[in-house]
Amino acid sequence: MSVEVGPVPGSERLVSRRNILGATAALAGAAAASAAAGDTLAEVPAREPGSSLSAHGERSQFVKLARLPEAGPGVRNVDPTDAINSKTPIGDLVGTITPTDLHYERSHSGVPDIDPAKHRLLIHGLVDRARVLTLADLRAMPSVSRTTFLECTGNGWENWKHADPTLTVQNTHGLVSTNEWTGIPLTYLADLVGRRSESLWMLAEGGDAAGVARSIPLTDEIMREAMIAFGQNGEPLRPAQGYPIRLIVPGCEGNVNIKWLRRLKFGDGPWMTRWETARYTQLMADGRARQFQLRMDTNSVITSPSGMMQIHPGYQRITGLAWSGHGRIDRVDVSVDGGRSWLRATLDAPVLPKAQARFGFDWMWDGSPATIVSRSTDERGNIQPSRQQLIDKVGTNALFHFNGQQTWAVDTSGRVRNVLA
Amino acid sequence: MFWRSALIAMAIPGCGAAATLHPDFGRAPSAAEVASWDIDVRPDGRGLSPGSGTPERGRQVFEENCAACHGTGGVGGIKDRLVGGRGTLATDKPVKTIGSYWPYATTLFDYIRRAMPYQAPGTLSADDTYAVVAYLLNLNGIVGSNTSVGRDTLASIRMPNRDGFVPDEEFSRLKPLRIDSKVVAPSGNARAPAPHR
Repeated sequence: MSVEVGPVPGSERLVSRRNILGATAALAGAAAASAAAGDTLAEVPAREPGSSLSAHGERSQFVKLARLPEAGPGVRNVDPTDAINSKTPIGDLVGTITPTDLHYERSHSGVPDIDPAKHRLLIHGLVDRARVLTLADLRAMPSVSRTTFLECTGNGWENWKHADPTLTVQNTHGLVSTNEWTGIPLTYLADLVGRRSESLWMLAEGGDAAGVARSIPLTDEIMREAMIAFGQNGEPLRPAQGYPIRLIVPGCEGNVNIKWLRRLKFGDGPWMTRWETARYTQLMADGRARQFQLRMDTNSVITSPSGMMQIHPGYQRITGLAWSGHGRIDRVDVSVDGGRSWLRATLDAPVLPKAQARFGFDWMWDGSPATIVSRSTDERGNIQPSRQQLIDKVGTNALFHFNGQQTWAVDTSGRVRNVLA
Repeated sequence: MFWRSALIAMAIPGCGAAATLHPDFGRAPSAAEVASWDIDVRPDGRGLSPGSGTPERGRQVFEENCAACHGTGGVGGIKDRLVGGRGTLATDKPVKTIGSYWPYATTLFDYIRRAMPYQAPGTLSADDTYAVVAYLLNLNGIVGSNTSVGRDTLASIRMPNRDGFVPDEEFSRLKPLRIDSKVVAPSGNARAPAPHR
């Protein structure tokens, strides 16, 4: 399908990137020293000896970055003990790698405190040689590293039925993150235990109190890409991400990437656990539900300017993130007129398969009302649908797997707000 | 000790054509060890524990262990509603409960045994777990108030929404399984027997 590119109001004034030095996204909340009129270099504080060198690199006292615990669609500002997830502040971040401590979190029974020396991984079922592995066993095996996104299947679920204008991009899209993961390829472990040819599914079970368990279909693609990870951005996993080990299935919904992994069981069909029947299934308009819709679809969102931000007339660097569980992002288009016309955004290299890509777009805002929206296309030709196209297909009850385009409205005073397209 | 005399070429990106030694990591579990962790239950009843329970006993267990979160009778609690909702799935306000949504009764036993009660999962006996299952099925009008539910009967209980799910075509029809570069399983049928390698 071809992408229609039409004229954009003010596009003749689009700024060449080369003429803009330091045109980075505004780091909302992050030490944006304002260049107020009247400042002189003489007013910049003098240099002085700093604090002692340290074992840990903490953030500057001027940088305020935090995840946001939430309890469900529209259930915000909750006590952390009531939260079911904690969202990444993607509106405040740059680049493509999510800082390790800000990777989104979704846990079903809290975050267990696991002693790695006592943790075991049991691999059994339709195999020739069941095995109990220690963390030391796994660390001694040949490992691989891969940068990939993880996305909670509930990401975007705020906008199925109505639009709360007070939402930030952290509220709407904070359940996706991209990290580098290091671990043992699933194929290596399958060979180790002698996976039998009739074992086409695998149950992965966590060591959390809920014993979260999901059936993984062992397609060629999943066998080629899945890993049992012990490393995250160069260090051991953080507890909220499954320390000491977790399953990583690139491109598939977050819930199957079982954390605190303690058991893999090969079998001949799905187990129909609570999470793959009662929970992570998508109700369609006719009352039936899609099941084992594991792949996360083509998606993108403008992270700046975004909900609850304030802009001023003149140059705006529109930037955001795009990702697809099908592979690489091929292109991102941006519209400043609510999707009537589109122009191609730039993509920062490298664009990795099944990882978030950073896009950018130069815009001169003339102060008139505007609606800005992004639309991604992946290497398989999948185009991110508009919200209406998505709803026409699945209705508004699906709850999960929302990948409709996110529209931000800018009013004449420069306030940016969440709206439905 | 190596469990294969042959060198096994690993399909690791970047590894090229180099062969990799495959040492015998880990140890074999005892049958008792496997049994103690092997808690999963499948839709055909494989994995169910011996035992049974009645709705009457289940009501007592539920009130003592579950009602604080799920409400008396499985409705009105601070956590998931468990009863009712039939006929709402195609409306603008669908109510997903055991009775209206869950496709398999075996999942109830599996989930309660592994994850409930929330503060002390795994503490209910098999009989009490079956009893809670029987009570919840009875509250949803799926079994009678005097019906005992147990290992021999659970898998045969047909849930009202059993046919309400449409499996994703991509993942419900696995492609031919490739092991050692040979196609060894037929396409399109995950349950078909395949030659043992």
